[in-house]
Amino acid sequence: MIAFILRRLLASIGVLVAVGLIAFAMFRYVGDPVNQMVGIETSVQERAQLRHQLGLDDPTIVQAARFLIHAARFDFGVSYQFKQPVADLIGARMPATLELAFVASILSLAAGVPMGVYTALHRDKALAQLFQALSLIGISLPTFLIGVLLIYLFAVVLRWLPSFGRGDVVHIGSWWTTGLLTASGLKSLIMPAITLALFQMTLIMRLVRAEMLEVMRSDYIRFARARGLSERAIHFHHALKNTLVPVITVVGLQLGSILAFSIITETVFAWPGMGQLFLQSIQNADIPIMAAYLLLIALMFVVINLIVDLIYAVVDPRLRVHLDRPQA
Amino acid sequence: MTGPLLSVRDLKVEFATRKGPLVALDGVSFDIAPGEVLGVVGESGAGKSLTGLAIIDLLDPPGRIAGGEILLAGERIDNLPPAKMRDIRGRRVGIIFQDPMTSLNPLLRIGDQLAETIMAHTSLPRKDARTRAIAWLAEVGIPSPEKRIDAYPHEFSGGMRQRVVIALALCAEPALVIADEPTTALDVSVQAQIISVLKNLTRRHGAAVMLITHDMGVIAETADRVAVMYAGRIVETGEVHEVVRDPLHPYTQGLMAAIPTLEVSARRLAQIPGAMPRLSAIPPGCAFAPRCPKAFARCAERPPLIAVADREAACWLYEHAPVGADARA
Amino acid sequence: MTEIAGGGEGASGPDRSLAGRLKDNDLLASFLSSKITVAAGAVTLVLFLAALLATWIAPTDPFNPAANFLSDSLDPPSFIAGGDPRFLLGTDDQGRDMLSAILYGLRVSLAIGFCGVALGAAIGVGLGLISGYSGGWIDSIIMRIADVQLTFPAILIALLLDGVAHAALKAQNRDESAFAVLVVAIGLSFWVQYARTVRASTMVEKNRDYVLAARLIGLSHARILLTHILPNVMGPVMVIATISLALAIITEATLSFLGVGLPPTEPSLGTLIRIGQNYLFSGEWWIVAFPSLTLAALVLAVNLLGDWLRDALNPRLK
Repeated sequence: MIAFILRRLLASIGVLVAVGLIAFAMFRYVGDPVNQMVGIETSVQERAQLRHQLGLDDPTIVQAARFLIHAARFDFGVSYQFKQPVADLIGARMPATLELAFVASILSLAAGVPMGVYTALHRDKALAQLFQALSLIGISLPTFLIGVLLIYLFAVVLRWLPSFGRGDVVHIGSWWTTGLLTASGLKSLIMPAITLALFQMTLIMRLVRAEMLEVMRSDYIRFARARGLSERAIHFHHALKNTLVPVITVVGLQLGSILAFSIITETVFAWPGMGQLFLQSIQNADIPIMAAYLLLIALMFVVINLIVDLIYAVVDPRLRVHLDRPQA
Repeated sequence: MTGPLLSVRDLKVEFATRKGPLVALDGVSFDIAPGEVLGVVGESGAGKSLTGLAIIDLLDPPGRIAGGEILLAGERIDNLPPAKMRDIRGRRVGIIFQDPMTSLNPLLRIGDQLAETIMAHTSLPRKDARTRAIAWLAEVGIPSPEKRIDAYPHEFSGGMRQRVVIALALCAEPALVIADEPTTALDVSVQAQIISVLKNLTRRHGAAVMLITHDMGVIAETADRVAVMYAGRIVETGEVHEVVRDPLHPYTQGLMAAIPTLEVSARRLAQIPGAMPRLSAIPPGCAFAPRCPKAFARCAERPPLIAVADREAACWLYEHAPVGADARA
Repeated sequence: MTEIAGGGEGASGPDRSLAGRLKDNDLLASFLSSKITVAAGAVTLVLFLAALLATWIAPTDPFNPAANFLSDSLDPPSFIAGGDPRFLLGTDDQGRDMLSAILYGLRVSLAIGFCGVALGAAIGVGLGLISGYSGGWIDSIIMRIADVQLTFPAILIALLLDGVAHAALKAQNRDESAFAVLVVAIGLSFWVQYARTVRASTMVEKNRDYVLAARLIGLSHARILLTHILPNVMGPVMVIATISLALAIITEATLSFLGVGLPPTEPSLGTLIRIGQNYLFSGEWWIVAFPSLTLAALVLAVNLLGDWLRDALNPRLK
């Protein structure tokens, strides 16, 4: 077990270093850092001085190493646009994105799993057909379209919910801000959370349904039925457990992609999060922010993958035996 | 109890397909007496497993029972509502499937699976059910049962798993156990052990067995009576030693002749020419006629099971055989 | 289990006429059996044709700035009070006819979708063939890259590639090269699935007798890969391509909506929706509504077709 964890950790670090090098390449070679940072009036000598100061004359390997070390300390340099440390800019916006992603994840799980189980067990009922139809829409339509649709319905026509921003937020501790404690904050959270959650929700629903149907066809379920166990015992004691195990992996990985899709949602709803910052940085060629965002996302994905692998090993007893042996 | 434990009368099973219904079982009839071991033998596709599944109503759609009756201890069970059928499964009729590797839920400990079944059919509390489960594990020959009871299925070998499966099938003490190819997926060295476990346990608990297999050797060793199936029909029944020594139906004769023996040294194994017809292409009349060396005009009409002494054969050759006589063509 | 090979023929023998053969064809039968699938097929066909014939069907050329008059801007659709009969679906903020803009936008969206899928397939199939055929460290490297890329969602990768290109190109080049950038971004973000499938098939095929025979004759590796192995691994590739077409379209629309795709001078459906969102509250709903409906219909239809295709070709569900 320990060997497994160590192997995965090493692999994760490998991925992070690889991504870090890509980020470094972006940082150093796309456009010219010095020219981005200074005004037009700066003389050539001053630019050369700046270049030397920033260490841009050093060999590439040294620069790369320096970049990686700084990155490990969450020091990503200064934004071209805002002239502020990138870490501060991202940090200020992180709570907004994390809160949105968290609420959306909970929502997608809380709705997706029961719906999936229901549509698997009651395939012919009208409600199940409805869910299936909705799932097709949810998985087909692009996230931004759903967001725009929701805005039109609930903000323009019905005027129930605000169409942009986060509402009033409450500060917790020195860094975190939350919108969960205010009425306007909650109202502002509803549409973005649903928009972000919808794709994941339908994905989870379809996955749970497919897995459950597959499990219900298996021999051990047939044998359980042949032993006269009640349908309830079969569905919830036997089938559900076996359904959820493979679902966990996918769900975990998908939760990571909620972070990616938050870029879109934040744009649609003008949500002041990291994603919006990232998009602005793309439009304005603000490389330090782009590089930093890339690394942060990589970190989050790698961590999520690691946790999912560990959970999987804990939940499926068959894996515990194999994990201690190296992969063939 | 008087009368047979299980009585299957004229059972018909169909599959609904896009091109019309396919008849998989076409009028299958047989009886099983209490405590008796009936072997059901035939090649793959003859309908043996379907018969077993039909008895406990576990046919997968689009399969369904399309006719006939199934009586357990004199009462019909083929037309029961699902809730009543659930009471019968496990409690009065148990079933063992072929592949022990997939019969057990990999995520549950075997003790849980046993205790759950026991509690579902008796009113025992969990602690007593667990004790009972340990006792069952001991009975099927699992060493150190009190330790192994908390193990997961993947920690057992195939043979051990099948023993657990037997325990699961018998733990509610059914009067009839349907064993569907219980040894086919096991190593040859393990097969004999499993058969002996099954036989001893059922004898000890007074359960009858419907032993479905394509292995004539197992039948000869284990069964009291045998029913031979071909293309969804029963072609011969009788006491096992009589059928083996002196088969009546030409198909059974072909089967026996095809088994190599140590006494006669033939240069080639005898074969039955042709192959069993597909469900969609079963000829009218006797299904075996196209391959039968003794076929004659009468075979264009389907023969019923004709009584010959205390045996039966679905063959026109015995149409005029006086009861008690020994007719051979 | 009993063999349920339901290949029964009619009592008088198989129907070998064309109509009979068509009816017997399982694929066609399963297509026609579901009304929804047929509807999806029809919608897809209509939209494809509309996009193809856009130049001839569209009332105006929305990309020609000289043809648009700002005085016509923000006109509602012709079937509403205040609408101009020239503009069936109204005009946008630049005075462009919405119907024309939608048709041209549809064409651009589909073009990018197809090209992106083609590029992704080309890269993926190519790398998959090489990876499966060579084995060894080439295989390891390619698969490692694939694994790393797979940890991230495709849209993020596309966004990143798009962003880097944006930053690297000077402002005036951005608009012109938007099409190419999008195709490359989508292609590069989608190749992995093709590579994996093709690699698996290639690894199976390369040990087959016909490949060994070709090697014995002395055919070069490239020749063997292209003429012998490639045709045999294309099957699953087609399925993946069909299903990923919808994804490609969505990716392009999303990138355009975010402002890093096609510019307003040559808008795709995503760009139009972006423009339209600004006018939602002031009441000019048509700028958002019609492109949205078109995009939704297109993606839904293609997805339904992809669903049907996947189920129809899945041997386990038969």
